[in-house]
Amino acid sequence: MSGAMNNYVKFGLLIAVVLGTLAWLAVGGISETKTYYKTVAEIRQLGNQAAERRLRVGGDIAVNSIKRNGADVSFTLAQDSLRLQVVYNGIDPLPDTFRDGAQALADGKLGSDGVFHATKIQAKCASKYEAKPVMKGTAAPAVRAS
Amino acid sequence: MENVGSLAILFAFCFAVYAVIASIAGKLARRPFLILSAERAVYCVWGLLTVAASLLVYSLIAGDFRLAYVASHSNKSMDTAYKFASWWGGQEGSLLLWAWLLSTYSSILVFQNRRKFRDMMPYVTAVLMSTLTFFLILISFIEQPFKVLMAGKGIVDVGDGQGLNPLLQYWTMVIHPPMLYLGYVGFAVPFAFAMGSLITKQPGDSWIHTTRRWTLVTWMFQTTGILLGAGWAYAVLGWGGYWGWDPVENASLLPWITATAFLHSVMMQEKKGMMKVWNVVLVSSTFFLCIFGTFLTRSGVVQSVHAFAQSQLGPYFVTFLAVGIAGTLYLILNRLDYLKSEAQLESVLSRESSFLFNNLILLASCFAVLWGTLFPVISEAVTGEKISVDGPFFNRVNIPIGLGLMLLTGIGPLIAWRRSSIESLKRAFMWPALGGITVAVILLAMGIRDFYALMSLALCAFVTVTIVIEFFKGAIAIRAKDHQNLLASMIELTHRNTRRYGGYVVHMGIVLMFVGFTGKAFDIDKTVQVQQGQTLAIGHYTLKIGDVVKSQNEVYTSEVLNVEVSSDGKFIGTMKPERRLYIASRQPTSNVTIRRRPSEDLYLNFAGASNDGEGTVIQAYVFPLVSWIWAGYWVVLIGTIVCLIPSKTRLIWPRTEVVAVTGKHANIEQ
Repeated sequence: MSGAMNNYVKFGLLIAVVLGTLAWLAVGGISETKTYYKTVAEIRQLGNQAAERRLRVGGDIAVNSIKRNGADVSFTLAQDSLRLQVVYNGIDPLPDTFRDGAQALADGKLGSDGVFHATKIQAKCASKYEAKPVMKGTAAPAVRAS
Repeated sequence: MENVGSLAILFAFCFAVYAVIASIAGKLARRPFLILSAERAVYCVWGLLTVAASLLVYSLIAGDFRLAYVASHSNKSMDTAYKFASWWGGQEGSLLLWAWLLSTYSSILVFQNRRKFRDMMPYVTAVLMSTLTFFLILISFIEQPFKVLMAGKGIVDVGDGQGLNPLLQYWTMVIHPPMLYLGYVGFAVPFAFAMGSLITKQPGDSWIHTTRRWTLVTWMFQTTGILLGAGWAYAVLGWGGYWGWDPVENASLLPWITATAFLHSVMMQEKKGMMKVWNVVLVSSTFFLCIFGTFLTRSGVVQSVHAFAQSQLGPYFVTFLAVGIAGTLYLILNRLDYLKSEAQLESVLSRESSFLFNNLILLASCFAVLWGTLFPVISEAVTGEKISVDGPFFNRVNIPIGLGLMLLTGIGPLIAWRRSSIESLKRAFMWPALGGITVAVILLAMGIRDFYALMSLALCAFVTVTIVIEFFKGAIAIRAKDHQNLLASMIELTHRNTRRYGGYVVHMGIVLMFVGFTGKAFDIDKTVQVQQGQTLAIGHYTLKIGDVVKSQNEVYTSEVLNVEVSSDGKFIGTMKPERRLYIASRQPTSNVTIRRRPSEDLYLNFAGASNDGEGTVIQAYVFPLVSWIWAGYWVVLIGTIVCLIPSKTRLIWPRTEVVAVTGKHANIEQ
């Protein structure tokens, strides 16, 4: 009887240690990588806070704004009449869907110069097109405007 | 024709509903003919869906551009294979594939068991057909595959379609979705059997024996599907990785994790009669995670680059999941008495314990991935602010979990059932531990200081040694008796207990994959703007940039960059990364080139011309050990197939069989 109890205590402790470690890692991971979704307009209003947080900002890529310069790619995100200058210098190649007029999500931080420094870009078809469903592929724009 | 297709789907829906009602009513009223009619209805559903699917495929191949689905997923210039693949290239068609596969599985199952499990089968049929009914509601009323394009009031024929997304026009992408679906859909079968067994209060675990092969086969399909997706992302999407912790990728991983946990914990039930509740919970979780994954990719709940377009499917899936999970939970709680464990955990140092911890951390990983995937939804609901977590979060949690799993993979086979003494463990683990330490010391001497990489490779060596020892020990024993050579003895050994030794082969494949994953710690990347004739160095490679060759055909225009590659000063070949612009869809794609070697891949992406002049931007990467992942997959596949081969000698484990359960038993204490 006491042997069984002892066993339960042992298992309980081991399980607690395993789960505790993982929970600790998870909490640390969340606080380290959490990224706030913001619109271009919201970023303007953030003020000083903006520089500290990792942000994910979405908008349309302004036509003819994509410029490649060495390792950097710069472009303008547009949301209605608002504009945000973005510079990308991440490791990964840009997705094929990243092009004029596409919707893009940029992850990074806002610099003190007002330029958004992105380390990750995701791009998706623009909303004015009929969103074309694809299988687990990067959603590509369909040609037919609805 | 579109009318015939739509009608077929509608009739299939009616027959599925009939099958559900007739099988339950027939069972309750004890009318065998009603049950038989329900089973025949299952075949009818399959026939009708086959008609519908064939019509859709025919329209895609023939190019009937009056149909909205054909117009947006096929075009005249595509290869027939890709036209066929357009079947699952979009929302409606892929739902039809889901339904068709489920009805195929159901028909096979009903046929296989037409004389077996007469008690349980009506409920198994009912569960399968209820699931199918749900999908048929979606394609009959919400996302109809046979919708025609209408302008004003007349049907229009647009002449040519938009074609399948060029990124998907790649062979792995043609078979990736069906593979994943075969895996997703397949888990409905063990789930249905588990439910049937609970409803009819079956003692024992006949459902596990019956569905063991199904589970293994569907697991194999899931694994194949996930790795095809990874391989495609690596070679075609060209973002330089095979896994990005994207919500859609996570959706395919979640049921795989629970399925893997299930494959391990069923052994506890078969051999020790333990973890019965747990197994029902695991098989149900896997099934619902499969549905959840389908939901996640189609509803637009979580933003993902490769999700399907937003649709109105969300609420339907949520309803189905809620009703299904509630029903399953009720059933499990109600039948707890029939799921009593026949043995207890006796020691922390036992094989039972290693299974328990294997399940614990697999489930923890599943939970962490689910949590991370849904974090934007959860955080918005709780704090009002939408917050996402990213790759680093998933890696942080899952790398230690992976290492822990590796450790258990090595320990499990060597540790005794019930309890092990420290002494016997010392004996069993001496060589494997020495193997691991030797590898770690060698790597340290080579100057590798990355903690996780060291741990991972040391553990891989540890597991490899345990597996090799297991094979040799058994083979030598057989050789001593049968006087065969060692290889023949090993084959004989495997044949005698295919599940055990096939399982070891699967583990070996996973070890190879882990070696490949570990290579990630040593990636090198470089993005530079270069002029023609310039060189750049990456790792031990020197790349000499050549000219850009432009060409055009009727499908796309192309720019090919010639890069002369030399390694340590020796010319080894020309690589040609390419950029294409697909004319029909105005979609640019970059076609990376990869020089694959067992030690490392050299990966080149032609990012395009720079805007400030003549230069071109090239991205070069060295990815060590990536090929080991794909090699590991083949080993996993072989191992799984070995597991499926019946063992030469039927193994019987001495254990008490539960013949029947009457009322509540007192727990027998040890």
